[in-house]
Amino acid sequence: MEQTVDAPKYAFPKSTLRRFRWIRRYGVLILMILPGVIYLLINNYLPMLGIIIAFKDVNYAKGILQSDWIGFKNFEFLFRTNDAYIITRNTILYNITFIVLHVIAAVTLAVLLNELKNRFLARFYQSVVLLPYLISAVIIGYLVFSLLSVETGIMNKKILPMLGLGEISWYTETKYWPYILTMVSVWKTAGHLCVIFLAAIVGIDKEYFEAATIDGASRWQQIRSITIPLITPVITIMTLLAIGRIFHSDFGLFYQVPLDSGPLLPVTNVIDTYVYRSLLTLGDIGMSSAAGVYQSVVGFLLVLISNYIVRKINSDNALF
Amino acid sequence: MERTNSRTQLVIHLFFVVVSAVCLLPFFLLVTSSITDESEIIRNGYTLFPKHISFAAYEYLLNDASAILRAYGNTFVATVIGTSVSLLIITMLAYPLSRRDFPWRKSLSFFVFFTMLFNGGLVPTYFVYTQVFDLKNTLLALIVPYLLLNGFYVLLARTFFANTIPMEIIESAYIDGAGEFRIFWRIILPLSLPILATVGLFQLINYWNDWFNSLIFITDRKLFNLQYLLNKILLDIQFLSTSDLGGNQAEMIAALPKEGVRMAMAVIGVVPILIAYPFFQRFFIQGLTVGAVKG
Repeated sequence: MEQTVDAPKYAFPKSTLRRFRWIRRYGVLILMILPGVIYLLINNYLPMLGIIIAFKDVNYAKGILQSDWIGFKNFEFLFRTNDAYIITRNTILYNITFIVLHVIAAVTLAVLLNELKNRFLARFYQSVVLLPYLISAVIIGYLVFSLLSVETGIMNKKILPMLGLGEISWYTETKYWPYILTMVSVWKTAGHLCVIFLAAIVGIDKEYFEAATIDGASRWQQIRSITIPLITPVITIMTLLAIGRIFHSDFGLFYQVPLDSGPLLPVTNVIDTYVYRSLLTLGDIGMSSAAGVYQSVVGFLLVLISNYIVRKINSDNALF
Repeated sequence: MERTNSRTQLVIHLFFVVVSAVCLLPFFLLVTSSITDESEIIRNGYTLFPKHISFAAYEYLLNDASAILRAYGNTFVATVIGTSVSLLIITMLAYPLSRRDFPWRKSLSFFVFFTMLFNGGLVPTYFVYTQVFDLKNTLLALIVPYLLLNGFYVLLARTFFANTIPMEIIESAYIDGAGEFRIFWRIILPLSLPILATVGLFQLINYWNDWFNSLIFITDRKLFNLQYLLNKILLDIQFLSTSDLGGNQAEMIAALPKEGVRMAMAVIGVVPILIAYPFFQRFFIQGLTVGAVKG
């Protein structure tokens, strides 16, 4: 894509007349990019500078820029709390679990969809498993609530009595939530990854399979020795991208699905929800900005590292 | 391909019937619960097969729910304006970056790309929008933060322009006397409907599903968007009752078919997507696979 450009032709010209023409032509293009550039400066670059907030003792009376510098005090406070450990642990453990299960579920779905001879039904199934990916976290919260509501949910009213078990107070018992959140996450995301893997499978040259069939390989052998190895690069890339984001989590999943329930915090609080709650419910700017910077910086390093690894494996797939 | 026998096919189909049920049944449950008679819900819980069907929840919503209509309106306005402005800004930024002859193409591409790698996080963003720009409790707060999110869609569109539009077309239009903006508007955009559809669709869904901006920037309940109002009501059904009803509140709260209303609200929030999905799922799937390929 990055063909070499005959740069001299397009560089800023020397003679006045040509300069005028150059400006008339490229000036328009430059005007066109302005809204986007200004937007990114405000929405993305200004907040990057804003990480200095974490090194200040913010005092609204003085204004943010005039507030006193306190060095790493906010970070010291943060890491002295038990919260820092809990949110880091939750974020990373959930993400590792999600990454593994998402890939397993999505590869299974994609391989099986590809086996189906009835293409119409295969497309229908694919659309159905993708549907949860489009639903807002709030609605997912409702769906889970209809299953787990203590007084009216399907679990307590139908399924548990059928199994002869007593009611469970789902929204206050921490021990179930690692499983619930994992199931919801797989339910929501597997279809999305499946679409990407299926596209990779469909792209495999049919001749491999024909040759294997002639040599007497069973379907299962073909899946194991052709399909899976040939989509491994895509799987690797998607996994490494996810690892690059291991310090970030799906805010909606951890905030909306447990209905912001206090007793569940030990197993539902992740860095993103912690930053939000410290900032807007507790008003603790020091803690929330310190946690935010911790997330941004470590997250940035992880993206760089995972991209470095991708580039080692297959430079075409690297982000940069 | 011929070796897969019909029994294996049947097993795989059965597997997908189960998977599809897992994906779809929660939505059916939502719908059936919303039309189940309130007393039956209280006695037996939500059900897929209501014995007594009642539309009381919807009647209530039709008659008494100015809060819901307003939230619907807010979401609608944010979605329409947000998606259109966002498409315009994204393509106007992406197109020059796709031009091999555009000066500073490389450094600007990096400027866009870097926003995908690093961000300041919630706290500085919150202060930019509330302190530097006074957007708290304005409709703009529901629109502006999602216009570009980060550079991802820009790079997606840039790759599309670079790969599908030959420089010769642009050059010949230029020689024929068309200005650059005219070329962009009259030639480039009409040739780029697939990418416009893809990015537009993603943005449409982002705006429709948004509750985060309300959560962060809005405290005035007149400006709540739909998903956020739904969230408030799920956390506390009383919220609906205390927010908008004039007259004899206690009486109305007592008469409120709470559980049903709750589910009916969620149905209203999700139904537009469920109805539109069969029509746009093809573009959506295409968009996802395009997005997975490196730009």
